[in-house]
Amino acid sequence: MPLKILVTAKRVEDSESKIKVDAAGTGIVKEGLKYKINPFDEIGVEEALRLVAKHGGEVVVVSVGTKDVHEQLRHALAMGANKAVWVHHDGPIDQLGIAGCLQKVVEKEKPDLCILGKQAIDDDQGQVGQYLAEWLGWAQATFASKEESLESEAEKAKTPAIQLAADGKSITVIREVDGGLLTVSSPLPAVATTELRLNQPRYASLPGIMKAKSKPIEELTPAGLGVDVGVKLTVTKLAPPPARKAGIKVPDVATLVDKLKNEAKAL
Amino acid sequence: MALDAESFELLQSTLRRFIRERLVPAEDVVEETDEVPVALVEEMKGLGLFGLSIPQDYGGIGLTMAQEAQVAWEFGHTALAFRSVFGTNVGIGSQGVLMDGTEAQKREFLPKVATGELVMSFALTEPDAGSDAAALTTKAVRDGDDYVLTGAKRFITNASRAGAFTLMARTGGPGPSGISAFIVPSKLAGVSLGKPDHKMGQRGTKTCDVLLEDVRVPARNLIGGVEGQGFKTAMKVLDRGRLHLSALSCGVAQRVVNEAVAYARSRKQFGQRIGDFQLVQAMLADSQAELYAGWSMVQDCARRYDAKPPGASDPDVSMRASCCKLFCTEMVGRVADRGVQVHGGAGYVRETKVERLYRDVRLLRLYEGTSQIQQLIIGRALVGRDAG
Repeated sequence: MPLKILVTAKRVEDSESKIKVDAAGTGIVKEGLKYKINPFDEIGVEEALRLVAKHGGEVVVVSVGTKDVHEQLRHALAMGANKAVWVHHDGPIDQLGIAGCLQKVVEKEKPDLCILGKQAIDDDQGQVGQYLAEWLGWAQATFASKEESLESEAEKAKTPAIQLAADGKSITVIREVDGGLLTVSSPLPAVATTELRLNQPRYASLPGIMKAKSKPIEELTPAGLGVDVGVKLTVTKLAPPPARKAGIKVPDVATLVDKLKNEAKAL
Repeated sequence: MALDAESFELLQSTLRRFIRERLVPAEDVVEETDEVPVALVEEMKGLGLFGLSIPQDYGGIGLTMAQEAQVAWEFGHTALAFRSVFGTNVGIGSQGVLMDGTEAQKREFLPKVATGELVMSFALTEPDAGSDAAALTTKAVRDGDDYVLTGAKRFITNASRAGAFTLMARTGGPGPSGISAFIVPSKLAGVSLGKPDHKMGQRGTKTCDVLLEDVRVPARNLIGGVEGQGFKTAMKVLDRGRLHLSALSCGVAQRVVNEAVAYARSRKQFGQRIGDFQLVQAMLADSQAELYAGWSMVQDCARRYDAKPPGASDPDVSMRASCCKLFCTEMVGRVADRGVQVHGGAGYVRETKVERLYRDVRLLRLYEGTSQIQQLIIGRALVGRDAG
């Protein structure tokens, strides 16, 4: 049974950029930063492409933000997504606003399944997938992972980890929980969010990058969708982690053991 | 139609990631086994690397020279064997067909070249015709609907991987005007390969002799369908190849500078980082300045190359391409030498990357025209000997 899957592509700071807290202490210095697709979202795009390769269907990618998010939409289109939806919003927005926009896009696109990153690597809020499922009244399978390693044959063969039932009416998702794996089944439509170990996203092929240019990007706005994106959650303080103190060198093993025992109390 | 800037940026970031995550970690395996792992070759095909320079009409992505130079720069950051796998398809192996082939020849070969299904090599050099390529003696004699080819070709890159050769042979009298270019499928009866060459560096790249004994090549495989044009075709192909190699040289130079800077920052002697010593800084500075000069001229020349009508030969651009090849390949030789020097004794042992890079870059000054041939081309262009 062909699946229609909706995925997200949030624009986030590249983890290789140097992040500095700004003078006001509530944001980061934006100059010189590079951006990319949220890695958790990229895993979501990959999982959707694998499911569609196996079962047929189409993948729609959504992003909310300024025109800059076209870069992330193109990235997902180059990987193989079929079409993109851009919710054009230039000002600040919080997780409630994003989830609100996504809800309306979902109601318009009517996918069978939404796959979102479990969080974005910028502020690690991890809220949007859950809001979206709640507001749609759909089941949610968060932190999707899998049993096989990322070096396994199944991974190399790009086998989807999310299983679709033979009748196409439900999915099975393996979730990562403390110290083990939990397998859940959910009727469709549903929302899934991705864990890092779900898959290894493909490289966009060069022909794929070329084709991406001719794939459609539909422009919508929060106002057009009837979503209030007034910010409710504000960042009041942002602080860098405390600088690490320099280590010391010990002259011999005996001193090391002594320090581990008496200072670090690790033994 | 060139690839737009936004798509090209996406392509570049994808390639950077691929090089960093897949190729750099495999460098030692290539060095030990003298092979590029098959799985990586397949990944490179899947990515579309074999079709970088083939126009979109023939199934490739049709990068401009300036864009191709950027890609070559990126591939300079890893073992040169990786670029070599698809290098002849992008450059010297296929460009003859693209520049001077008939429409039927382009339709027949280029789409397979672009996907990597067909690997093409360039066969000009012979045991007795290296720098003096116009003296080549491989014969092609017309016999009915075929040409019968006999001769030997030397140091042919990717010969063992090739499904076809762009091969220059003599159909007429002595000198350049007696030379024609053919597409010679490697499976034809009478084509055989010599033993693999054991080279100083660039392990994982494949070169060997190609021997032709009464090989019957269909006349429709004469590039452009006209005899006597082969030398011109070869020279045009090499113009573009020279820019590609110049860009590659700059990429390797950047890698060497990166390695040397990282070492200078971490290695301590006399109680401080060796990078804090001005004599070490001077070596790094000389390398950086030369690298910047080389890369600037490559970018300038690539723009000039793109500005001329496609397929046309412009003596000024050719002269400048030779300037790039001369300067950049000599430059990377000096940069690699300093890279070893900064590493001290450690730079002479196999565990450091600069040891390999030092050997790898030596070839860049030799193939596709030695530095001395570049000097001749530039000198002649300036004094105007050939212009009469």
